[in-house]
Amino acid sequence: MQLDRQGPTAIRLNGEQFETEARTLAELVASRGLAETAVATAVNGAFVPREARVATLLTSGDKVEIVAPRQGG
Amino acid sequence: MTADGSKATSSSADAPEVVPPGPPAALPAAAAVAPFSPYGVEVASRLLLGTARYPSPHVMSEAVKASGAAIVTVSLRREMVRAGVGRSGNQHTGQRFFDLIKELGVRVLPNTAGCRTPKEAIATAQMARELFGTDWIKLEVIGNDDTLQPDLFGLVEAAGALTSLGFKVFPYTTEDLIAAERLVSAGCQVLMPWGAPIGTGQGLANRSALKSLRRYFPDVPLVIDAGIGAPSHASEAMEMGYDAVLLNTAVATAADPVGMARAFAAAIKAGRMGYEAGLMPVRDMAVPSTPVAGTPFFDFDPEKHP
Repeated sequence: MQLDRQGPTAIRLNGEQFETEARTLAELVASRGLAETAVATAVNGAFVPREARVATLLTSGDKVEIVAPRQGG
Repeated sequence: MTADGSKATSSSADAPEVVPPGPPAALPAAAAVAPFSPYGVEVASRLLLGTARYPSPHVMSEAVKASGAAIVTVSLRREMVRAGVGRSGNQHTGQRFFDLIKELGVRVLPNTAGCRTPKEAIATAQMARELFGTDWIKLEVIGNDDTLQPDLFGLVEAAGALTSLGFKVFPYTTEDLIAAERLVSAGCQVLMPWGAPIGTGQGLANRSALKSLRRYFPDVPLVIDAGIGAPSHASEAMEMGYDAVLLNTAVATAADPVGMARAFAAAIKAGRMGYEAGLMPVRDMAVPSTPVAGTPFFDFDPEKHP
Protein backbone atom coordinates (compact mmCIF):
# COMPACT_ATOMS: atom_id res chain seq x y z
CA MET A 1 0.00 0.00 0.00
CA GLN A 2 1.32 3.40 -0.81
CA LEU A 3 0.89 4.96 2.63
CA ASP A 4 3.07 2.45 4.50
CA ARG A 5 5.48 1.46 1.76
CA GLN A 6 9.19 1.36 2.64
CA GLY A 7 11.27 1.82 -0.51
CA PRO A 8 11.33 4.45 -3.22
CA THR A 9 8.65 4.71 -5.89
CA ALA A 10 9.60 4.14 -9.52
CA ILE A 11 8.00 6.77 -11.72
CA ARG A 12 8.69 8.37 -15.08
CA LEU A 13 9.78 11.95 -14.52
CA ASN A 14 9.92 14.15 -17.61
CA GLY A 15 10.11 11.08 -19.79
CA GLU A 16 12.85 9.26 -17.86
CA GLN A 17 12.82 6.46 -15.28
CA PHE A 18 13.17 7.97 -11.83
CA GLU A 19 13.20 6.62 -8.28
CA THR A 20 11.91 8.90 -5.59
CA GLU A 21 11.29 8.82 -1.85
CA ALA A 22 8.67 11.54 -2.29
CA ARG A 23 5.16 10.44 -1.39
CA THR A 24 3.36 13.35 -2.98
CA LEU A 25 3.84 15.52 -6.03
CA ALA A 26 4.60 18.47 -3.77
CA GLU A 27 7.41 16.49 -2.10
CA LEU A 28 8.77 15.48 -5.48
CA VAL A 29 8.85 19.06 -6.72
CA ALA A 30 10.52 20.19 -3.50
CA SER A 31 13.07 17.34 -3.70
CA ARG A 32 14.16 18.68 -7.08
CA GLY A 33 14.74 22.13 -5.59
CA LEU A 34 11.77 23.54 -7.47
CA ALA A 35 9.31 24.37 -4.69
CA GLU A 36 9.86 28.12 -5.05
CA THR A 37 10.46 28.09 -8.80
CA ALA A 38 8.05 28.84 -11.62
CA VAL A 39 7.11 25.32 -12.63
CA ALA A 40 3.85 23.63 -13.54
CA THR A 41 2.97 19.98 -13.21
CA ALA A 42 0.99 17.19 -14.80
CA VAL A 43 0.50 13.57 -13.77
CA ASN A 44 -0.44 10.91 -16.30
CA GLY A 45 -1.27 13.55 -18.89
CA ALA A 46 -3.57 15.61 -16.70
CA PHE A 47 -2.73 19.04 -15.29
CA VAL A 48 -2.25 19.20 -11.51
CA PRO A 49 -2.65 22.74 -10.14
CA ARG A 50 -0.01 23.98 -7.72
CA GLU A 51 -2.39 23.86 -4.76
CA ALA A 52 -3.35 20.25 -5.52
CA ARG A 53 0.24 18.93 -5.45
CA VAL A 54 0.18 18.30 -1.69
CA ALA A 55 -2.79 15.96 -2.01
CA THR A 56 -1.51 14.19 -5.13
CA LEU A 57 0.00 10.87 -4.05
CA LEU A 58 2.59 9.27 -6.29
CA THR A 59 2.06 5.69 -7.38
CA SER A 60 4.52 3.36 -9.05
CA GLY A 61 4.45 3.91 -12.81
CA ASP A 62 3.06 7.45 -12.67
CA LYS A 63 4.15 9.69 -15.50
CA VAL A 64 5.05 13.07 -14.04
CA GLU A 65 5.84 16.23 -15.99
CA ILE A 66 7.50 19.28 -14.43
CA VAL A 67 7.71 22.16 -16.89
CA ALA A 68 8.97 25.72 -16.83
CA PRO A 69 8.70 28.85 -19.00
CA ARG A 70 10.83 28.72 -22.10
CA GLN A 71 11.39 30.55 -25.38
CA GLY A 72 8.68 29.91 -27.96
CA GLY A 73 7.46 30.88 -31.40
CA MET B 1 -10.98 82.24 -56.31
CA THR B 2 -11.36 78.69 -57.41
CA ALA B 3 -7.83 77.89 -56.32
CA ASP B 4 -8.38 79.58 -52.95
CA GLY B 5 -11.69 77.82 -52.52
CA SER B 6 -10.28 74.37 -53.24
CA LYS B 7 -7.41 74.93 -50.85
CA ALA B 8 -9.87 75.94 -48.16
CA THR B 9 -12.15 72.94 -48.63
CA SER B 10 -9.32 70.44 -48.86
CA SER B 11 -8.31 71.24 -45.31
CA SER B 12 -11.80 71.61 -43.89
CA ALA B 13 -13.80 68.89 -42.23
CA ASP B 14 -16.73 69.11 -44.67
CA ALA B 15 -14.62 68.36 -47.73
CA PRO B 16 -16.41 66.06 -50.18
CA GLU B 17 -15.68 62.49 -49.23
CA VAL B 18 -13.54 60.69 -51.77
CA VAL B 19 -14.19 56.97 -51.69
CA PRO B 20 -11.06 55.04 -52.63
CA PRO B 21 -11.32 51.89 -54.75
CA GLY B 22 -10.23 49.64 -51.82
CA PRO B 23 -10.38 48.18 -49.17
CA PRO B 24 -12.55 45.24 -50.28
CA ALA B 25 -16.28 45.89 -50.21
CA ALA B 26 -16.74 43.35 -47.40
CA LEU B 27 -14.76 45.59 -45.08
CA PRO B 28 -16.46 48.83 -44.07
CA ALA B 29 -14.15 51.83 -43.83
CA ALA B 30 -14.58 51.87 -40.05
CA ALA B 31 -13.18 48.34 -39.76
CA ALA B 32 -10.17 49.33 -41.85
CA VAL B 33 -8.98 51.82 -39.26
CA ALA B 34 -10.13 49.85 -36.21
CA PRO B 35 -7.30 48.94 -33.84
CA PHE B 36 -6.11 45.36 -33.47
CA SER B 37 -8.12 44.13 -30.50
CA PRO B 38 -7.86 40.37 -29.93
CA TYR B 39 -10.47 39.34 -27.35
CA GLY B 40 -11.27 42.98 -26.74
CA VAL B 41 -7.74 43.93 -25.69
CA GLU B 42 -6.49 46.83 -27.77
CA VAL B 43 -2.90 46.12 -28.80
CA ALA B 44 -0.59 48.90 -29.91
CA SER B 45 1.47 46.87 -32.39
CA ARG B 46 0.38 44.59 -35.22
CA LEU B 47 3.59 42.60 -34.89
CA LEU B 48 3.60 39.59 -32.58
CA LEU B 49 7.10 38.28 -32.01
CA GLY B 50 8.39 34.86 -31.00
CA THR B 51 11.13 34.59 -28.39
CA ALA B 52 12.95 31.47 -29.64
CA ARG B 53 16.12 30.84 -31.66
CA TYR B 54 17.91 34.13 -30.92
CA PRO B 55 21.72 34.10 -30.54
CA SER B 56 21.32 35.08 -26.86
CA PRO B 57 18.68 36.17 -24.34
CA HIS B 58 20.09 39.69 -24.56
CA VAL B 59 19.63 39.86 -28.33
CA MET B 60 16.09 38.48 -27.93
CA SER B 61 15.29 41.18 -25.44
CA GLU B 62 16.73 43.95 -27.65
CA ALA B 63 14.91 42.59 -30.71
CA VAL B 64 11.57 42.64 -28.86
CA LYS B 65 12.17 46.25 -27.89
CA ALA B 66 13.20 47.24 -31.43
CA SER B 67 10.17 45.51 -32.93
CA GLY B 68 7.73 47.46 -30.80
CA ALA B 69 5.80 44.20 -30.32
CA ALA B 70 3.26 44.31 -27.51
CA ILE B 71 2.70 40.55 -27.54
CA VAL B 72 5.41 37.87 -27.49
CA THR B 73 4.97 34.12 -27.73
CA VAL B 74 6.49 31.81 -25.15
CA SER B 75 6.37 28.10 -24.42
CA LEU B 76 6.70 25.49 -21.71
CA ARG B 77 9.41 22.90 -21.68
CA ARG B 78 10.58 20.25 -19.24
CA GLU B 79 12.56 21.71 -16.35
CA MET B 80 15.97 20.24 -15.47
CA VAL B 81 15.07 17.81 -12.70
CA ARG B 82 18.24 15.75 -12.33
CA ALA B 83 20.50 18.60 -11.22
CA GLY B 84 17.84 20.36 -9.24
CA VAL B 85 18.74 19.51 -5.63
CA GLY B 86 20.39 22.26 -3.67
CA ARG B 87 20.21 24.86 -6.39
CA SER B 88 18.58 28.15 -5.63
CA GLY B 89 15.41 28.91 -7.51
CA ASN B 90 16.73 31.71 -9.67
CA GLN B 91 19.43 29.47 -11.11
CA HIS B 92 16.84 27.68 -13.21
CA THR B 93 16.72 28.44 -16.91
CA GLY B 94 12.96 28.76 -16.96
CA GLN B 95 12.84 31.22 -14.12
CA ARG B 96 15.61 33.34 -15.67
CA PHE B 97 13.80 33.46 -19.00
CA PHE B 98 10.52 34.34 -17.30
CA ASP B 99 12.16 37.19 -15.38
CA LEU B 100 13.62 38.54 -18.64
CA ILE B 101 10.19 38.50 -20.30
CA LYS B 102 8.60 40.23 -17.32
CA GLU B 103 11.17 43.03 -17.60
CA LEU B 104 10.04 43.68 -21.18
CA GLY B 105 6.57 44.62 -19.96
CA VAL B 106 4.81 42.92 -22.87
CA ARG B 107 1.82 40.64 -22.90
CA VAL B 108 2.69 36.95 -23.27
CA LEU B 109 0.94 34.47 -25.53
CA PRO B 110 1.97 30.96 -24.44
CA ASN B 111 1.87 28.27 -27.11
CA THR B 112 1.22 24.54 -27.09
CA ALA B 113 4.04 23.89 -29.56
CA GLY B 114 4.82 20.25 -30.15
CA CYS B 115 1.49 18.94 -28.88
CA ARG B 116 0.08 16.26 -31.11
CA THR B 117 -3.25 15.49 -29.46
CA PRO B 118 -6.04 17.60 -27.95
CA LYS B 119 -5.30 16.00 -24.56
CA GLU B 120 -1.66 17.13 -24.63
CA ALA B 121 -2.63 20.58 -25.82
CA ILE B 122 -5.28 21.00 -23.12
CA ALA B 123 -2.93 19.94 -20.30
CA THR B 124 -0.18 22.19 -21.71
CA ALA B 125 -2.58 25.13 -21.91
CA GLN B 126 -3.62 24.60 -18.30
CA MET B 127 0.00 24.49 -17.16
CA ALA B 128 0.71 27.64 -19.19
CA ARG B 129 -2.23 29.48 -17.66
CA GLU B 130 -0.97 28.74 -14.16
CA LEU B 131 2.64 29.63 -14.94
CA PHE B 132 2.18 32.74 -17.05
CA GLY B 133 -1.02 33.99 -15.42
CA THR B 134 -2.89 34.50 -18.67
CA ASP B 135 -5.92 32.79 -20.21
CA TRP B 136 -4.58 33.51 -23.70
CA ILE B 137 -3.27 30.44 -25.48
CA LYS B 138 -1.75 29.99 -28.93
CA LEU B 139 -3.21 26.60 -29.69
CA GLU B 140 -1.09 24.27 -31.79
CA VAL B 141 -2.07 20.68 -32.44
CA ILE B 142 0.53 19.41 -34.87
CA GLY B 143 -0.43 16.74 -37.36
CA ASN B 144 2.70 16.20 -39.41
CA ASP B 145 6.40 16.38 -38.52
CA ASP B 146 7.63 17.49 -41.95
CA THR B 147 5.19 20.30 -42.56
CA LEU B 148 4.34 21.02 -38.91
CA GLN B 149 0.86 21.60 -40.21
CA PRO B 150 -2.02 21.66 -37.78
CA ASP B 151 -4.24 18.63 -37.27
CA LEU B 152 -7.42 20.59 -37.96
CA PHE B 153 -9.70 17.98 -36.43
CA GLY B 154 -7.72 17.86 -33.19
CA LEU B 155 -7.43 21.64 -33.28
CA VAL B 156 -11.19 22.18 -33.42
CA GLU B 157 -11.74 19.65 -30.63
CA ALA B 158 -9.10 21.24 -28.39
CA ALA B 159 -10.35 24.76 -29.16
CA GLY B 160 -13.85 23.85 -27.99
CA ALA B 161 -12.59 22.18 -24.82
CA LEU B 162 -10.28 25.07 -23.95
CA THR B 163 -12.97 27.67 -24.60
CA SER B 164 -15.27 25.88 -22.18
CA LEU B 165 -12.42 25.91 -19.63
CA GLY B 166 -12.34 29.71 -19.93
CA PHE B 167 -9.37 30.07 -22.29
CA LYS B 168 -9.11 32.69 -25.02
CA VAL B 169 -7.87 30.59 -27.87
CA PHE B 170 -5.59 31.80 -30.70
CA PRO B 171 -5.62 28.77 -32.99
CA TYR B 172 -2.70 28.13 -35.35
CA THR B 173 -4.62 26.89 -38.37
CA THR B 174 -4.41 26.64 -42.15
CA GLU B 175 -6.25 28.81 -44.66
CA ASP B 176 -9.10 26.27 -44.82
CA LEU B 177 -12.45 28.09 -44.66
CA ILE B 178 -14.44 25.28 -43.12
CA ALA B 179 -11.89 24.66 -40.39
CA ALA B 180 -12.00 28.41 -39.72
CA GLU B 181 -15.79 28.28 -39.44
CA ARG B 182 -15.59 25.37 -37.02
CA LEU B 183 -13.01 27.19 -34.93
CA VAL B 184 -15.21 30.27 -34.73
CA SER B 185 -18.17 28.04 -33.75
CA ALA B 186 -15.95 26.45 -31.09
CA GLY B 187 -15.49 29.90 -29.54
CA CYS B 188 -12.33 31.27 -31.17
CA GLN B 189 -12.51 35.04 -31.60
CA VAL B 190 -9.14 35.18 -33.39
CA LEU B 191 -7.82 32.99 -36.21
CA MET B 192 -4.16 32.50 -37.04
CA PRO B 193 -3.72 30.91 -40.46
CA TRP B 194 -0.24 29.98 -41.57
CA GLY B 195 1.49 31.85 -44.37
CA ALA B 196 3.68 28.82 -45.06
CA PRO B 197 5.06 25.99 -42.92
CA ILE B 198 6.76 27.09 -39.68
CA GLY B 199 10.36 28.18 -40.12
CA THR B 200 10.41 27.99 -43.92
CA GLY B 201 10.41 31.72 -44.68
CA GLN B 202 8.45 31.14 -47.88
CA GLY B 203 5.99 33.95 -47.28
CA LEU B 204 2.34 33.68 -48.25
CA ALA B 205 2.18 30.35 -50.03
CA ASN B 206 -1.53 30.44 -50.86
CA ARG B 207 -2.46 34.03 -51.55
CA SER B 208 -5.87 33.50 -53.10
CA ALA B 209 -7.06 31.32 -50.21
CA LEU B 210 -5.76 33.83 -47.68
CA LYS B 211 -7.63 36.59 -49.51
CA SER B 212 -10.80 34.47 -49.44
CA LEU B 213 -10.38 33.91 -45.72
CA ARG B 214 -10.07 37.67 -45.15
CA ARG B 215 -13.23 38.37 -47.16
CA TYR B 216 -15.08 35.50 -45.54
CA PHE B 217 -14.37 36.69 -42.00
CA PRO B 218 -14.37 40.49 -42.23
CA ASP B 219 -14.97 40.92 -38.49
CA VAL B 220 -12.71 38.24 -37.00
CA PRO B 221 -9.17 39.39 -36.14
CA LEU B 222 -6.90 37.41 -38.47
CA VAL B 223 -3.21 36.97 -37.78
CA ILE B 224 -0.76 35.44 -40.25
CA ASP B 225 1.24 32.99 -38.16
CA ALA B 226 4.30 31.19 -39.52
CA GLY B 227 6.16 31.09 -42.80
CA ILE B 228 7.05 34.78 -42.97
CA GLY B 229 10.65 35.20 -44.17
CA ALA B 230 11.06 38.80 -45.31
CA PRO B 231 9.60 42.17 -44.35
CA SER B 232 7.89 42.28 -47.76
CA HIS B 233 5.94 39.12 -46.87
CA ALA B 234 4.63 40.78 -43.73
CA SER B 235 3.82 43.93 -45.66
CA GLU B 236 1.86 41.91 -48.19
CA ALA B 237 -0.18 40.25 -45.45
CA MET B 238 -1.04 43.66 -44.06
CA GLU B 239 -1.95 45.01 -47.51
CA MET B 240 -4.39 42.08 -47.81
CA GLY B 241 -6.14 43.37 -44.74
CA TYR B 242 -4.78 40.91 -42.19
CA ASP B 243 -4.90 42.38 -38.72
CA ALA B 244 -1.46 41.33 -37.56
CA VAL B 245 1.53 39.11 -38.26
CA LEU B 246 3.21 36.65 -35.89
CA LEU B 247 6.78 35.74 -36.71
CA ASN B 248 9.91 34.48 -35.05
CA THR B 249 12.57 32.76 -37.17
CA ALA B 250 12.90 35.58 -39.73
CA VAL B 251 13.97 37.95 -36.97
CA ALA B 252 15.76 35.53 -34.64
CA THR B 253 18.02 34.00 -37.28
CA ALA B 254 18.77 37.19 -39.23
CA ALA B 255 22.40 38.32 -39.31
CA ASP B 256 21.26 41.29 -37.21
CA PRO B 257 18.09 40.33 -35.35
CA VAL B 258 17.61 43.78 -33.84
CA GLY B 259 17.90 45.45 -37.25
CA MET B 260 15.51 42.92 -38.75
CA ALA B 261 13.01 43.52 -35.94
CA ARG B 262 13.05 47.20 -36.90
CA ALA B 263 12.63 46.33 -40.58
CA PHE B 264 9.58 44.17 -39.86
CA ALA B 265 8.05 46.85 -37.67
CA ALA B 266 8.36 49.37 -40.52
CA ALA B 267 7.09 46.92 -43.14
CA ILE B 268 4.04 46.01 -41.10
CA LYS B 269 3.28 49.66 -40.48
CA ALA B 270 3.67 50.48 -44.19
CA GLY B 271 1.51 47.54 -45.28
CA ARG B 272 -1.24 48.48 -42.88
CA MET B 273 -1.14 52.13 -43.95
CA GLY B 274 -1.40 51.00 -47.56
CA TYR B 275 -4.41 48.85 -46.75
CA GLU B 276 -6.14 51.64 -44.88
CA ALA B 277 -5.41 54.08 -47.71
CA GLY B 278 -7.08 51.67 -50.16
CA LEU B 279 -5.02 49.90 -52.80
CA MET B 280 -5.80 50.48 -56.46
CA PRO B 281 -7.40 47.54 -58.23
CA VAL B 282 -5.11 45.34 -60.30
CA ARG B 283 -5.85 45.38 -64.08
CA ASP B 284 -4.88 43.19 -66.98
CA MET B 285 -4.38 46.03 -69.50
CA ALA B 286 -2.21 49.13 -69.34
CA VAL B 287 -3.81 52.45 -68.47
CA PRO B 288 -1.73 55.59 -69.15
CA SER B 289 -1.12 57.64 -66.06
CA THR B 290 -0.22 60.83 -67.98
CA PRO B 291 -3.33 62.50 -69.44
CA VAL B 292 -3.95 61.53 -73.06
CA ALA B 293 -5.80 64.74 -73.85
CA GLY B 294 -3.44 67.36 -75.25
CA THR B 295 -0.68 64.95 -76.22
CA PRO B 296 1.60 66.88 -78.64
CA PHE B 297 2.14 65.72 -82.22
CA PHE B 298 -1.14 63.84 -82.06
CA ASP B 299 -3.40 64.51 -85.07
CA PHE B 300 -6.97 63.73 -84.34
CA ASP B 301 -8.39 62.04 -87.44
CA PRO B 302 -12.15 61.40 -87.08
CA GLU B 303 -12.02 58.82 -89.88
CA LYS B 304 -9.34 56.74 -88.16
CA HIS B 305 -10.84 57.29 -84.66
CA PRO B 306 -14.60 57.49 -85.07
